[in-house]
Amino acid sequence: MKHPVVISSIIITAFVAMVPVVFSDDRREYRQRSVGVAPVSSPTYEEECSSCHMAYPPGLLPARSWKKVMAGLETHFGDNAELDEETFKNISDFLISNSADTSDYRRSRKIMRSLNSDDTPIRISETPYIKHEHDEIPDKLIKHNKKVNSLANCNACHSKAEQGLYSEHGVNIPGFGRWDD
Amino acid sequence: MKNILIGFITASVFTIHSAPVMAENNAANTLMKSYQSHGAMVGNAKNGEKFWNQTFTGKAPFVERSCKTCHTANLKNSGEHARTGKVLKPLAPSVNASSLTKTKKIKKWFKRNCKWTVGRECSVQEKADILAFIKQQ
Repeated sequence: MKHPVVISSIIITAFVAMVPVVFSDDRREYRQRSVGVAPVSSPTYEEECSSCHMAYPPGLLPARSWKKVMAGLETHFGDNAELDEETFKNISDFLISNSADTSDYRRSRKIMRSLNSDDTPIRISETPYIKHEHDEIPDKLIKHNKKVNSLANCNACHSKAEQGLYSEHGVNIPGFGRWDD
Repeated sequence: MKNILIGFITASVFTIHSAPVMAENNAANTLMKSYQSHGAMVGNAKNGEKFWNQTFTGKAPFVERSCKTCHTANLKNSGEHARTGKVLKPLAPSVNASSLTKTKKIKKWFKRNCKWTVGRECSVQEKADILAFIKQQ
């Protein structure tokens, strides 16, 4: 008669004991998920793409957009960015399996929510969410700021961009300083 | 004992310093041989220099294009990506030990940059000449 009580107390104790373990393991990742975007986790992608520009986190565009970007590497925003077959496949797979529509990080979710299901932007800076987030910043601080040039140059102002963190706390606009809404 | 130690240190310093140069020669030499097997003459650095400074016509906003557009006229200087402004390491092996150390990389950039700058792939002779010029820097 006593057995069920004993067994259930053992089970309950085990679960209670596991709670702090589960939380401490996931806490850092949870924090990042709730504020940022998944940082780049492919050395090949990082090396190949950052020769010319910051290696944008794949969680900033949906898979359909990345497919379109990769299909046009010969005329990549006015540059030739052709890749050999093996590298092409490696990078395509990485982008597609880590795209915004597969991610539950905060920025990815916000970007996806701002897009219609058939929108296929190939510029992160043209997604409604990113446009909206920057619409109060005058051109002289981005476009006409020689040290920034374009919204595409994320890490010129977002000092933690490469860690996938884009909150205002990490913003430092060259020649201007911090930006607070 | 002291002499042996000094000798050993000198030897290791030489080994460390000569390693990147060896690698540079290997990658550049391998490609040079391959260009020759495809009909090129031995790379001529003078011709390579002429090519480096030659201007080609492209689409706006970069109507005038040359190697110098991004890499500057002095290969010992850092360059700057014309469109993104990203700083490019100097191409001169004398100041950048990692330059010309990987055949795959050299091939990739010749293909991309010739297409952007000249509007077509470079011939094996042009590549041999440019390579000979860069090696000298």
